[in-house]
Order: sequence, then C-alpha cells, then structure tokens
Amino acid sequence: MDRRNFFKSSLAAGAALSTGRARARETRSILPEALGLLYDSTLCIGCKACVAACKRENDMPPEFLPRTEQPYWDQPLDISGKTLTVIKVYRHGTMDKKDQEENGYAFIKKSCMHCVDPSCVSACPVSAMQKDPVNGVVSYDKDACIGCRYCVAACPFGVPRFTYDQTFPQINKCQLCKHRWKDGGYSACAEVCPTGATLYGKVTELKAEATRRRALKPGAATTYPRGKLGGPDQSYPGVAAKYVDRLYGETEFGGTQMVFLAGVPFEKLGYPNLPPRSDAATSETMQNTLYGGLVMPIVFLGALTYIAKRNVKDDEQGGHHG
Amino acid sequence: MNETLFDLQRDQDEFAELARRLQISRREFLQFCTAVTATLGLPASAEAAVAKAVEKAKRPSVIWLHFQECTGCTESLLRAEHPTLEKLILDVISLDYHETLMAAAGHQAEAARKAAMKANKGKYVLVVEGAIPLKDNGIYCKIGGQKAIDMVKECAADAAAVIAIGSCASWGGMPSTDPNPTGAASAAEALGKPVVTIPGCPPNPYNFLAAVVHFLTFGKLPAVDQLGRPKFAYSRLVHENCERRAHFDAGRFAMEFGDPGHRQGYCLYKLGCKGPETYANCPTILFGDAGPGTWPVGCGHPCIGCTEKGVGFAKPIHQLAVLKNVVPPLSYPRVVEEQGGTSFAAAAALAAIAGAAAGGAAMLARNLGRSAEEKPAEKSE
Repeated sequence: MDRRNFFKSSLAAGAALSTGRARARETRSILPEALGLLYDSTLCIGCKACVAACKRENDMPPEFLPRTEQPYWDQPLDISGKTLTVIKVYRHGTMDKKDQEENGYAFIKKSCMHCVDPSCVSACPVSAMQKDPVNGVVSYDKDACIGCRYCVAACPFGVPRFTYDQTFPQINKCQLCKHRWKDGGYSACAEVCPTGATLYGKVTELKAEATRRRALKPGAATTYPRGKLGGPDQSYPGVAAKYVDRLYGETEFGGTQMVFLAGVPFEKLGYPNLPPRSDAATSETMQNTLYGGLVMPIVFLGALTYIAKRNVKDDEQGGHHG
Repeated sequence: MNETLFDLQRDQDEFAELARRLQISRREFLQFCTAVTATLGLPASAEAAVAKAVEKAKRPSVIWLHFQECTGCTESLLRAEHPTLEKLILDVISLDYHETLMAAAGHQAEAARKAAMKANKGKYVLVVEGAIPLKDNGIYCKIGGQKAIDMVKECAADAAAVIAIGSCASWGGMPSTDPNPTGAASAAEALGKPVVTIPGCPPNPYNFLAAVVHFLTFGKLPAVDQLGRPKFAYSRLVHENCERRAHFDAGRFAMEFGDPGHRQGYCLYKLGCKGPETYANCPTILFGDAGPGTWPVGCGHPCIGCTEKGVGFAKPIHQLAVLKNVVPPLSYPRVVEEQGGTSFAAAAALAAIAGAAAGGAAMLARNLGRSAEEKPAEKSE
C-alpha cells in the first residue's frame, strides 16, 4: 500500500463511520407490562419485616455485625452476597420527627432497582444478567456467569454483590422473587409489609398510585393499599404524608422499575441524582461506533501494518547494504 | 423507710390485731404490701412503710360515684383472683358510699353519703367512675333526682383527693365516642381541674389500689403525667414491654386470625394492635392474677388502646397504629455507614512510608539527572 492508497482508504473509513453514527443506541423506554415495587418512605415504620421475609424466601443466611461477640441477630449493614434488601435509617440531629430533614429521621429501602435500561445487563459479557423482555425483571443465571464482576462495577446503585467468601462464588441480587410467581406468589417484601410501604404491581399502576398520593393534601384522610396492586384488597385508612416533589426512579438513568416516594430529599437517603440517559446507552453507542462493521479496527490495523512495514523495510534495506 | 419487713415482723401483737381485723394471715398481708410496692415501682425498703401505713392509718373515707358507665371498673376490682383483695378494698379503705356495694338504698344511701362528707370534710377520697354528660345542662344522668354534674361538683368540693377510675371518667371513654349524643365528658372536664386518672377499660385494679396506698403511705397521690395518669403505671408504651416485641423486631407478623403466624404467637401489629401508641403497664402487670399471658395481646387479640384518648373506641380495632417510638434503634444501618476511624499509629506508619517513598523518588530523580550530566563530563576529561 502506498501513501496515496492509505489516505484513500482512511477517507472511505471516515465516511463509513459518519453513516455508522445513525446506529447510536438511545436509552430504552419502559416495557408496558413492567413489574416493580413502590416504596413509600413516609409509610415505612422500620420493622424490617421485608428484610426477614426476603431472607426466608430467598434462602439467605443471616449476617452478623463485624466483630460481634454474640451473633444472635441478623443485622446486615447493607445489601451483600447474603442480603438482598435492607432498611436503612437517615439520622439528623435530635431525630425528633419522622420524615423530617432537619432534626429528623427517615427509613429507606435498598434493593435492586430493576432499571429500564440496566447497566449490568449491558456490561455482562456472557449474558448471565438478563432483562425479561415482558416484565422487565433483571435476573441472573449463575450457570452462565464467569465471575468477572463487571456488573458489580457497572451498576450505578451498587446492587449486584459477589459472594467472595464462598468456594464457588456467585452474584446475588434481588430478582423480584420471580421464583414465587409459579405458585401465585409475588415479592415477599411487599407481601409482608404491614403498612404497604413496599407495594408490588405493574409499574404503570404503581406510578398512578404515586401520583395519587402526591396530589393529596398533607394530613388529609386517605386509604393505602397493601401487598399487591390488583390483588385482594388489603387497604387500610391512613393520613396523607408530605412528600418531596419527586418520584425517584421515573427518569433516573432512563427510569427504574422500583420507584420511591419520600419526605426527605433523596440525595440524603443515598439515592444520587442521575442523568436521564443511561450508561448502557452511552457505552453501547461508543462501542457500536468504534467497532461498527469492524471498520475502525481494520483501519487501525492497516495503519499499524503500514507503519510497521515501512520501518521493517528500511531495516532490511540497511541490513542488505550493510 | 429504712425499716425492713423483718423489723416489722417482730411486732407480733400489731399483726395479730391486724389479722383479726382483716381476717387474713400475716403472710397474706405482707404479700399484698409487696405486690403494691412493686406496682408503684418503689424500692423494697418501702414495703415496710407501706405495711405500716396500711396497718396503722385510720382507714380513709372513700366516696365512689357512678355515672355513665358499665360498672366494669368496680367489677374488675371485685373479681380479682387475689384471695384477699376484696377484703382489703373494704378494710384498707372505708367505703362509705358505693352504689353497687352498699347495703343502703334510696334516700338512706344519699343520707349516708352526705353524712360521710360532713364527718370527713376535707379528708375523704372521691372516686369517680363513668363519664359525666354535659349536653342540655346535663339532664341525661341523674342519681336520686340530682344531675351527675351537680353531684360530682358537690362531692369534689370538700374532697382531699379526686381519682377518676376507668377510661370514661378519665377522658370520656365509650360514652364520648362520636357523635357523643349526651356530651359525655371526663371528671377533669366536668370539674374544670386536673384529677388523677386511672384509665383502662377496665383499668387494672392494682394501679388503682397502688394509687390509694400511695396516698395512705405518703399523704399525697403519686406523680402523674400531663394527662393525670400515675407515672408508675402509664409511662411506658404497651409495645415497649410486650412479650411479642421480639417478633415485631424480627418482622414476624400474624397476617390474619388463626393463621400459622397467629398460632405461633407472632406480633399482632398487622391485625391493628394499638400497643405502639398506647401507654399502659398491661404487659408487665397482667390481669386477673391468673399467671402468664393473661392480658389481651397475650391471649392473641390486638390491643385496642382502651387507656388512650383518641385511640380506644375512636380508631377502628383493626386500623394500623401510629408508632410513637421516639427514635429508631441504634442497631439500624445508616444510609452511609461510618467506617472505623484511623488510629494514630496507623496514620503515623502510613505517613512514614509515604515520606520515605517521596524522598526516595526525589533522590532517584536527582541522581538520574546527575549521571546524565556526569557522563559527558567524563568524556571531556
């Protein structure tokens, strides 16, 4: 390849790339039949029934505080390879009142968000992480997993956790109790929640319920459903709460199938502000651009070959003459 | 106060006299004193003072009025299983007027009340059982032709102390539930002044007896909270001492009556237990002297909050309670869990290593430059 031909092919490759941009991946939108949870921090009483039920239904071992001399209680500090959901507390000052930012406290649930456009699924090199094409539940296949832990690094919420202490480790994360569906069951955390703070249902219906709650005047009498939306009526009368004006999970990272209401700003509850565009969309666009039709790698290889060949030729000629 | 029961037991004669009067053994009498002292939360040494006061003090005259009620408070006092209780009610105090218990009837009864009030002016204890109707000038409850409101005011005027027994007299209770057609009000509202209240439906007899014995022993009624409830009995939530509390903390709830969780004694919060918003000593003192588990939650029914205004008879029995816990337990994980701090020794060691590394790097860089400079110099030589 002479110098002229090299520039020619480079130009052609550039043209191919500019048309390749049309394949850039947009953030996916939510599935119409998506299933999820609505967690209302103002209803949560911190009883941790969800944590206990989750352990029981998912056959998880108890977790004791580090350096505890008397390991009697399951006391996970965060989600882990042994704990799929946990209730945390926001504490401030004198902790006078619940759901108050200053001198108050609030409960918050931590578990898999079941993102609309999950980074873990995008990052997984062997498709061990899968998003259900109908209900959008993000699940994990331990037989396909190679243990690379890319999902652990990719998740913006730090959800997938690796069982480092096991001989044959695996990833553990909430799978929305999909193993209970066949018997007509649903997420154990929502089933046992005594106040309906964790509510199971279709995301569209959960969002409608959240909209209804946000529209209520704080202090007004209302009813709260419990368990499962569309299931047997377990609702109970309550009083409307004062919310921060945000439904977390509506737009964050392209949206999540677990949505939150709270009386305290979400940054304080460990849920960061995230852009509406998902990391999966950004990284896959970059990859599609770089590797689209393998044009860029071939061009790059061509350039490398040209440089190498030119140098090697000089060397050979030098050696010949020498 | 420093006298012990042993000192008292030497006074055999006094106890023999007491035993004759109460028709009980010395042992039974001391058992009663111990029980009352424990209910009051007083130190063990106070038993002696209680025993002495009960034994020696002139029995205070008690006038017991009944208004809008079911007589359940009186019944609970009389039905107690403790073998000597009814004797003590009648012998520790001089019950001069009590519509359920007195032998007199009609004008005789009212005359007895007036006579007792006159004889013990400023010294008798007035006990009010039942709410007092205030609507339409209080015409909805009359005793001997006298309106309840007039009667309670007349009796309270010269009383040394007023005790409201039961939820009706304490805050209105059942008769005051919406729409409250008779305008039923508490004794404190009717009298326009705070009184000691022993709420409950029915209240625990020991809470009442302990308040009376406190009055006998120390000459004043026990310390009360802002609602007039003795602090020894009503300062803790039912939830705090509940025998099912461990199930609440572990997230084990009975979902409906008779389900496996209910049979295994799980927490009744989800069935509407009002324990988390009701102040009472039911879980510790129990009812009826019949052994462990003899109280509503122990028997498998959620607490209905009978002692608490705005909860008992106001909220539906199976409505969820509001948690009055002051703060969440410390064992709960924080949003950002604090990591262990760095010790001084570890920080010093780290600083030493970092310093050595920085120094080494600087020396290396300088030597590199020097050797580069030195090499041409060697050539020129």
